Amino acid sequence: METTSKSAKFYLALVFIVLYTPIIYLIFYSFNSGGSMNSFESFTWEHYAAVFSDTRLIMILLNTVIVALLSALIATIIGVFGSIGIVFMRNKSLRRSILSLNNVLIVSPDVVIGASFLILFTAIGVKLGFASVLISHIAFSIPIVVLMVLPKLQEMNSTLIDAAADLGATKRDILTRVIIPFIKPGIFAGFFMALTYSLDDFAVTFFVTGNGFSTLSVEIYSMARTGITLTINALSGIVFIVTLLLVVGYYFVSQRGKNPVGMGVRK
Amino acid sequence: METKTTKTFYLIPYYVWIALFVIAPIALIAYYSFFDLHGNFTLENYLNFFSSVYLKLTLSSFWYAFLITFFTLVIAYPTAYLLTKTKHKQLWLLLIIIPSWINLLLKTYAFIGIFGLYGPVNAFLNVFGIGEKQILFTDFSFVFVAVYIFIPFMILPIFNSLDKLNPSLIDASRDLGASSWTTFSKVILPLTINGVKAGIQAVFIPSLSLFMITRLIAGNKVITLGTAIEQQFLVTQNWGMGSTIAVFLIIFMVIIMIITGQRDKGATSNGNNK
Repeated sequence: METTSKSAKFYLALVFIVLYTPIIYLIFYSFNSGGSMNSFESFTWEHYAAVFSDTRLIMILLNTVIVALLSALIATIIGVFGSIGIVFMRNKSLRRSILSLNNVLIVSPDVVIGASFLILFTAIGVKLGFASVLISHIAFSIPIVVLMVLPKLQEMNSTLIDAAADLGATKRDILTRVIIPFIKPGIFAGFFMALTYSLDDFAVTFFVTGNGFSTLSVEIYSMARTGITLTINALSGIVFIVTLLLVVGYYFVSQRGKNPVGMGVRK
Repeated sequence: METKTTKTFYLIPYYVWIALFVIAPIALIAYYSFFDLHGNFTLENYLNFFSSVYLKLTLSSFWYAFLITFFTLVIAYPTAYLLTKTKHKQLWLLLIIIPSWINLLLKTYAFIGIFGLYGPVNAFLNVFGIGEKQILFTDFSFVFVAVYIFIPFMILPIFNSLDKLNPSLIDASRDLGASSWTTFSKVILPLTINGVKAGIQAVFIPSLSLFMITRLIAGNKVITLGTAIEQQFLVTQNWGMGSTIAVFLIIFMVIIMIITGQRDKGATSNGNNK
């Protein structure tokens, strides 16, 4: 038994090392005063300084964050109301087909999504740029939100709503005092997932971005095509910290969400 | 009937979304696939697709997707299995997932450095006297980076299905005298096959449509269906041909989903069973 558990540990350790090496490698060389990712000369902050003094890059970072926050927010609102509508649907076959349509954008390859959205925007005359990118991100985030919120809604006992109605709650009260508090963890999870999908998206954005507007992924792509610049490494250091904060935030929200489901109802 | 109106009111934005961003794009792709560069109606794109160039491209795209999925599965299954045996398995799982949340482009960019002519891998090879090799811009580097990127997406569904597996079933199989291999092939694998299918689905379809990694890592040597679509749409501006390839990609996707679809109704998480 001893040997198997040792080789098991070794295997797991190997997988973790392989998964984390590229990330650590990137961040390590972001502090290299030499211009390459091969030989470390001496420690420097100059690449980080270069990121923060490049107003164009800062604008792109801001664009990326604004698109992510706005799209996640709007997608969450549409998705939450959509899932409430789906859950209370009486017609089972209609509900099933709506759910399949919901999943189309999740399983579709992002190249197909990008290409078809490009045709769509050209057909209806939306100018490529901020608007087209924002709309696309909202569009591909909605099904994710629905998938995160639906299970919570299905967990909810329908007698809760009957009880609220019997006690004289209006439709609005039922929504804001009963349903929303109960599914809050699902809403937060959906929002965070939408946020990360938006921050991480490259392919769809690449198709619909046009000339004037760029997000971080698209910018890194065009920088990386010309070769190695340690500015990208510095960017990855910043992105890694932000991602870790998001993960920790998400973890706490989902952990907290586990207990207070009862509390939310008790109010 | 006030309830009915409020309910449909909730659904209006959602229905608009389905109509505009789910149904319309697919319809538009199908429509555009019947037009040539000058906007004339034609079936030529479809004839073109069945020419040797595109058939070869499709075959090689499937071959690469198969290789990527195979290696991802071979690495991910044992990892997921061993993860379920660890003490703080949820924490370890989170640590496996974190790299998948780092921007995809950054991870790919890292490999440009790692596999570079003067990068650490070549330096390592040099120590053993093998000498510098061209690693970047080869099939190997393409498959390696793709596998690296997809591993977490394969581990997650397999982990979930293994985690649901009742451990007493394994004990029972052992008690009844089954060897470790028999236990695995007759008990563990059949009971977790849905996780494997979900993982294959999550890896194979995106592998067919990769285009960023082919450009950055494979240096245009590997052309997948995704690369071809991007090329037609953004470089040659031949939207008709691009749409035709996209139509076939959608058809392949549907076929793969049917093959890897989960027949076992009880285990689906679509909520249909509720």
